[in-house]
Amino acid sequence: MSTQENIHPGMNLGYEGETHVAELKVFGFWVFLMSDLVTFGLVFAIFGTMVGATAGGPGPEDVTNLRSVALQTALLLGSSFAFSWASLSMKYHETRLRTLGWLAIAATSALCFLIVEFLDFRHWLEIGAVPQRSGYLSALWALVGLHGLHVFAGLLWMAAMTGQIIVFGLTDIVKSRVTRMGLYWHFLDIVWVGIFSMVFLAGVA
Amino acid sequence: MNNLLGRLTWDDVKLFEVFEEFSIDSAVASGAAWVAVLGLVAVLAWITLARRWVWLWREWLTSVDHKKIGIMYIILGFVMMARGIAEGVVMRTHQATALDGGFLSNHHWAELFSTHGTVMIFFVGMPFITGFMNYLIPLQIGARDMAFPLLNQVSLGLTTTGAILVMASLVLGAFETGGWTAYPPFTGADFDPGPGPDYWIWAIVLSGFGSMFSGLNFAVTIYKMRAPGMHYLRMPVFCWTALCTSILLVFALPPLTVAGLMQALDRVAGFHFFTNDLGGNMMNYANLFWMFGHPEVYILILPAYGIFSELTSTFAAKRLYGYTSLVLATMSIAVISFCVWLHHFFTMGQSPTINVAFGIATAIIAIPTGVKVYVWMATLWRGRIRMTTPMVYMAGFFILFTIGGFSGIILANPAINWQVHNTQFIVAHFHNVLLPGLIFGIFAGIHIWFPKAFGFRLDERAGTITAVLWIVGFAMTFLPLYVVGLMGYPRRSAAFADPAFLPYMIVCLLGAFVLLAAFAGLFVTLWISIRNREALLVPLGDPWDGRTLEWATPAPPPHWNFPVIPEVNARDAFAREKAEGKPYVVPQEYRDIHMPPNTSSGFWVMLATTGFGFGMTWHIWWLAVASVISILVWYFIHSFRDHPEVVIPAVEVRRVNQAWIEAIDLGKPITRDHETGTKNRGYAATDMVIAS
Amino acid sequence: MRRIAEKLMLTSKNEEERDERRYYGIGLILSVVLTVASFASVMTGLLPRPWIFPALVVLALSQIVVHLRIFLHIDLSRQKREDLQVLLFTLLLLGIMAFGTLWILRDLAHRMM
Repeated sequence: MSTQENIHPGMNLGYEGETHVAELKVFGFWVFLMSDLVTFGLVFAIFGTMVGATAGGPGPEDVTNLRSVALQTALLLGSSFAFSWASLSMKYHETRLRTLGWLAIAATSALCFLIVEFLDFRHWLEIGAVPQRSGYLSALWALVGLHGLHVFAGLLWMAAMTGQIIVFGLTDIVKSRVTRMGLYWHFLDIVWVGIFSMVFLAGVA
Repeated sequence: MNNLLGRLTWDDVKLFEVFEEFSIDSAVASGAAWVAVLGLVAVLAWITLARRWVWLWREWLTSVDHKKIGIMYIILGFVMMARGIAEGVVMRTHQATALDGGFLSNHHWAELFSTHGTVMIFFVGMPFITGFMNYLIPLQIGARDMAFPLLNQVSLGLTTTGAILVMASLVLGAFETGGWTAYPPFTGADFDPGPGPDYWIWAIVLSGFGSMFSGLNFAVTIYKMRAPGMHYLRMPVFCWTALCTSILLVFALPPLTVAGLMQALDRVAGFHFFTNDLGGNMMNYANLFWMFGHPEVYILILPAYGIFSELTSTFAAKRLYGYTSLVLATMSIAVISFCVWLHHFFTMGQSPTINVAFGIATAIIAIPTGVKVYVWMATLWRGRIRMTTPMVYMAGFFILFTIGGFSGIILANPAINWQVHNTQFIVAHFHNVLLPGLIFGIFAGIHIWFPKAFGFRLDERAGTITAVLWIVGFAMTFLPLYVVGLMGYPRRSAAFADPAFLPYMIVCLLGAFVLLAAFAGLFVTLWISIRNREALLVPLGDPWDGRTLEWATPAPPPHWNFPVIPEVNARDAFAREKAEGKPYVVPQEYRDIHMPPNTSSGFWVMLATTGFGFGMTWHIWWLAVASVISILVWYFIHSFRDHPEVVIPAVEVRRVNQAWIEAIDLGKPITRDHETGTKNRGYAATDMVIAS
Repeated sequence: MRRIAEKLMLTSKNEEERDERRYYGIGLILSVVLTVASFASVMTGLLPRPWIFPALVVLALSQIVVHLRIFLHIDLSRQKREDLQVLLFTLLLLGIMAFGTLWILRDLAHRMM
């Protein structure tokens, strides 16, 4: 009874109708994420080739504020975790409010992440660590910025999903979309693990 | 006003260049612009006069039917090919006069070889293979449509966006001059501020997203939507090659996108990824580009291999020899193609160890390709071969492609590569693999599947003459380049000084005219066939005694492809059914069929992304921003709307299918030897089928 | 009778939910521990310098595995095999590309002087 076929990675949100379609979509989205993973991986690799290319400008020690990075990490992990809580309440509870609440927490946390990241960016601009300064800074801004842009897109998506939950309720289509959103969200968290370890921590180690 | 149009000014309009300052060079440039503009006007006028707008919109532009999308891709490919071939002929004419300088300016010459390469790879080769995969995959695996029909349409829209941007560069401004690879820093803002490289970047990046989504769509379709019983090892070979191509598309496009966007950041925002100064490293670009570029070669060639495999077994009336080896070879090519990219820049200066490693990998990838050639040979061996048009292409392919492959193995050796790099030898090599490989495969495929798509065959005699013209034209145009390459003629040079090259260049020019005639031959064939279509009709759907599922449908197939999803219990499912004497089984029960609804999404995405690309190219920032916002808003609204599926009632499915079955019952089966005659209505005689 | 069945269903559902919550909780704790370890290895100076970078790589990889296993539910079960295959294939290609890039460009670095 309680164990229905678990579909794909990610949260099995317990939708029954159109399982095949939902499975297709989740799998397709997974493939998309893999393509995105290659994109991120390549930007990482380019960053790796340009670590030394500071051209006399600000280097890793100048741009890394470990406390801020730690705060960002906590916020993003918190957001990711809140999202899984939202998925669970979607799976086990009929009421929308609970799901919406957790989604709101996830969104707020991600928004705070972006704000802290933005403050970092502003600091970089102040100390002259603009991307036009050196190859290293170009790669840094591109990598961190690409991740930030993904988070921003995720926020837009979350806003749309909030609207859909309010308008349609927890229908199968909405659940399937939230499943995909969850994959995306956790995926971004994984990319961030790479960024804080390889860009910031390794930069000042 | 000036601000509204960014940096676009009246002087950028190429149409009147020739009137302002006459020269042969400006006449060619303006002439091309006029051809583009008048061609567009003529098409629009024709549609208006024929009162076809509503039909075009309802039946084609808003359709999500994979068959129609596939056909539109191929039409796009032909339109762009007309441009590519015209450029090729102009270039050959220039080269024939290029002893101490030809009639084109250096800049215009560079623009020509850059657009020619870009157009031929991204907007001829890619649409052709994507079109074929679109048309064939669902039919061959027994599905009704792609996994994501809407995304499929959006991919077409994105590809068209790229094509539009490249065409726009003909009329407004100029294209870049750094070849199809557009290496910085030559294409960087310091050396080329103009719109050329920006056109290239946005055409490539936007159409690249389309290709990536196509690959994703095909991969998921093949993974998840095969008919019951169709294991991986029962899939038609074309589907195998399509699967591998799709995987390559998904994973090889990101490097190109990354390279393109970084280049855009360099140009627009002053970043330093590939610049000369401040820590930029242009070698990163070559590395990224070829990480895409080499798999791209196989993206283009693998579906052609698939077509040739289907073709040999069909026209030799034998089961494909060594199916499993072919599948394994295809998969190994897909993986190894990611390990060889450095052979495109052996001369960049890395240590010999690296060169040797990639040289060995390159030599290794020749092995699975060799396996394929043997598989086709063994399939033809003792087969009852019919020399139809596709087989003529196959014959040309077989010999010419093998020559091209051998020259590739020669080039895999870094020491030799150092000697011939950047010479016409390279030009000869890649035309030698792409033209007989990809293009012959596509044309052979068109001869085979055109009857499926449109319900009548193509004229055999005109087709064969055209095929011979292609083979002869190719040999004349490109084989001499091996010789002049070895003599030291650098590629991409506007002029040469050694009179010894001249005779070869004249042969090349004649060859180019033959190729032009061959290209015209395609349309002559089409025209003759349309005029003669009553005699060529094959409504019953199986003109060539086909072996795979797509032949078990009427021609053209109904929107829903199959009345009921077929059960597959063997490789070459339809051939097996025919051998067992029970093809065309009438379904026990018909059910309502649900099909995805038509949508104009792809069209609007095309408009918006074209606006974005154009805005970014000409620095019309408001247009770029507005385009992005409009896409987001559209997507937001789209996700809130309900999209009810179209239900085709069981009665209708039954009526269509019964009509077809009855026509078959009344039809006269035709033996293979008479398949090119006028009696062939698409009902193959079953008595001669050899399933094994 | 029916009411009992419904109630049974409900409790089993509650238990399932509790299990899943616990599962995610473990994921969170593991992630936090690994993250703190990463930061600590750099910030505290307890670790000898040459060990820091390898430690960071190992910690990051383990955290990625934790995320994949717990938050993305990738495991070895049959129905997830295709996802796992796609993931492993991606990692293979990414490995080739990233390793190749670093290998080639590092070799070429002296040309940029």
